[in-house]
Amino acid sequence: MKSLVVAFCLVLFAAPVAAETVNVKVGVLRETHTRETLSILDIPAADDTLAGALMGAADNNTTGKFTNQTFEAIDAKLEDGDDVMAALDALLDKGALFIIADLSAEHLLAASERAKPKGAVLFNVSATDDRLREADCRANVIHVAPTRSMLADGLAQYLIWKQWRRWLLIKGSHPEDELLAQAFRSSAKKFGAKVVEERVYEDTGGGRRSDSGSVQTQRQIPVLTQNAPAYDVLIAADENEVFGGYLPYRTWDPRPVAGSGGLMPTSWDASHEQWGALQLQNRFTQTFRRLMNARDNAAWLAMRMIGEAATRTGSNDPEKLRLYLLGNDFSIAAFKGVRLTLRPWNQQLRQPILLSDGRMIVSVSPQEGFLHQTSELDTLGADQPESKCKLQ
Amino acid sequence: MQIAMKNASTSILRGCRLGLSFLPARFPSHGRARPGHPRVSPNGVDARDKRGHDASYAISMTISAFVCGMFSLTPAHAYKAYVSNEKGNSITVLDTEKLEATATVKVGRRPRGIALNKDGSELYICAGDDDAIQVLDTKTLKITGKLPSGPDPELLALSPDGDVIYVSNENDNLVTLIDVKKKEMIGDIPVGVEPEGMAISPDGKLLVNTSETTNMAHLIDTQSKQIVANILVDARPRFAEFKKDGSELWVSSEVGGTVAIIDPAKRELKQKIAFDIPAMSKEAIQPIGISFTRDGKRAFVALGPANRVAVIDAQTKRIEKYLLVGQRVWHLAFTPDEKYLLTANGVSNDVSVIDVASLKVVKSIPVGAFPWGVVVAPQ
Repeated sequence: MKSLVVAFCLVLFAAPVAAETVNVKVGVLRETHTRETLSILDIPAADDTLAGALMGAADNNTTGKFTNQTFEAIDAKLEDGDDVMAALDALLDKGALFIIADLSAEHLLAASERAKPKGAVLFNVSATDDRLREADCRANVIHVAPTRSMLADGLAQYLIWKQWRRWLLIKGSHPEDELLAQAFRSSAKKFGAKVVEERVYEDTGGGRRSDSGSVQTQRQIPVLTQNAPAYDVLIAADENEVFGGYLPYRTWDPRPVAGSGGLMPTSWDASHEQWGALQLQNRFTQTFRRLMNARDNAAWLAMRMIGEAATRTGSNDPEKLRLYLLGNDFSIAAFKGVRLTLRPWNQQLRQPILLSDGRMIVSVSPQEGFLHQTSELDTLGADQPESKCKLQ
Repeated sequence: MQIAMKNASTSILRGCRLGLSFLPARFPSHGRARPGHPRVSPNGVDARDKRGHDASYAISMTISAFVCGMFSLTPAHAYKAYVSNEKGNSITVLDTEKLEATATVKVGRRPRGIALNKDGSELYICAGDDDAIQVLDTKTLKITGKLPSGPDPELLALSPDGDVIYVSNENDNLVTLIDVKKKEMIGDIPVGVEPEGMAISPDGKLLVNTSETTNMAHLIDTQSKQIVANILVDARPRFAEFKKDGSELWVSSEVGGTVAIIDPAKRELKQKIAFDIPAMSKEAIQPIGISFTRDGKRAFVALGPANRVAVIDAQTKRIEKYLLVGQRVWHLAFTPDEKYLLTANGVSNDVSVIDVASLKVVKSIPVGAFPWGVVVAPQ
């Protein structure tokens, strides 16, 4: 009789996985990002990054109803000076063996080391450092966020398509700005553009806004961009919100701005609505009463990748899920028009790069005509033959 | 001999049409005048010819019946096809004999999924941005009302008896049931995230819904309105279609790039079809619309931005051929005689006409902006 009931249940609920409930715990380890943004529209909300993970968990749980799986996002928000490793330990102790990491490169590497003995897998949703996918790559870190070189290449392909080949590069005075400038230089070399001159904008500190700030800015930026050699487009490398946003409409020569101001390469923007993205934007806005930024989206996507791997394997074992994500069977839909997969040699998610002016998506790279023998998405960023990554 | 006859009659017919080109664009080829039938031109205005010669309509009928009547043995039958233009907010009406647009009707915002009722007298239009299903009278080409669909309807399925419409609501993870006669919602069924594809088995007993983010085909018993099976398929399943004998259910995965073949009786995945087009990146191959010939021997699958329709031997599942059509091909529809297969091409703003016997693309018909869905009236 019992076996009959079981057989009946199997027919009724032909779920692809075992009937026992599988619980997947995901920690969200997130450092706070500066509130000192040039535009008040970009000031991070209290649930920055976390909201995306929660949305992803809700999506996974809808699927989980049919597969007997539950997904939980456990928040660990770090204020300035908080101990990252202690917060990570607390998450691991709660059984969260998947960590959505919104951390600096330095902290991410330390967290990777710390999580190793527990067998946890980290999903990098914000650090764009190329070195994390190259010399400093780690087997237990999957990169959802694009690299600086992917972002720079995405922009460069469009500028080449526009025949804007002469670039005036202005970079900030922070180390990250030099890294971004390097990415733009190698993009220029890769795709046939020319950096006609480089300038540096010194960060002299101080607040980002005051009531008459725009008066000074209007006088400073023309001076900064005066006497430049002939150029088609001004490229800004400013990762710390010092001057990039001030450049459009204020340059000495009437030229478009791109990079950290004007036309910006990004993995997500609140104005993106193509390929069904509007559905995700709507769901997010309805739930969290704000717009979805690139970190929220990467966290959503990381959670969806975890969900997808858990659904397909019927497991919550981190190593099993990681191997599934690296395999040929994995692909994920992320409202970018094509399937996204992982580059197996460094665990970087292949993805199109959106070009946004902050109000609209102007274009999406890879641009037509940039070909590749494996995937056109691999025309963006460092490719396998040049990779320095040895996963371990 | 027979072929020569066909060609000759077609070209003479074409010539006869050219000669009468000042006459109103549309007249029924079988010579039955329909006075008072409003005609809407592609720019949305009444299509009386420029000189206002509406009265010439009847005369044209007489002349056409007289001049062209002797070629009435022409095998092509004039069916009416309807194409939803997602960005144009309109429906284009096509004549499948002349292979040209005969009217354009302004409808609600973002029309995508469309379906005809049994006798072809009404067209149901999912107007996603108006959160409604509009009803178009196919004789008068006027919107006669709307059905309560829930938010953002995209695709719909009609029960074989024509009494119930099943519609997917992307925004709230539901399949909504609508009583067509009473114009009332009569229930909903919770499914996965972003429900999209809808199909109903020929016997009306099994409903299938695909959910784009959950990546499942949900099999639903239409009697109990309960989900009886959830079958995982590849990423972003967008469309489902039963073979006419109900023996197989095919589900296309746009992002995964495959078509899943499901056994509806056993409720399990039988196999997957993948596509490989030389010199085409695999990301560009995005299967969407599926159509079967009535005998179940052949399937046609629209491949989205690959700009091709795959011709598949539906028995061996082998891909016979790829036909180059317009850009970003969405949905497909046969003429009832299966002479032609029409494809709605989203980016190139046209409909490609595939001659089914020769497997050749014979014509491209300009329609409205971003054509998405296409259906052909039964008679």
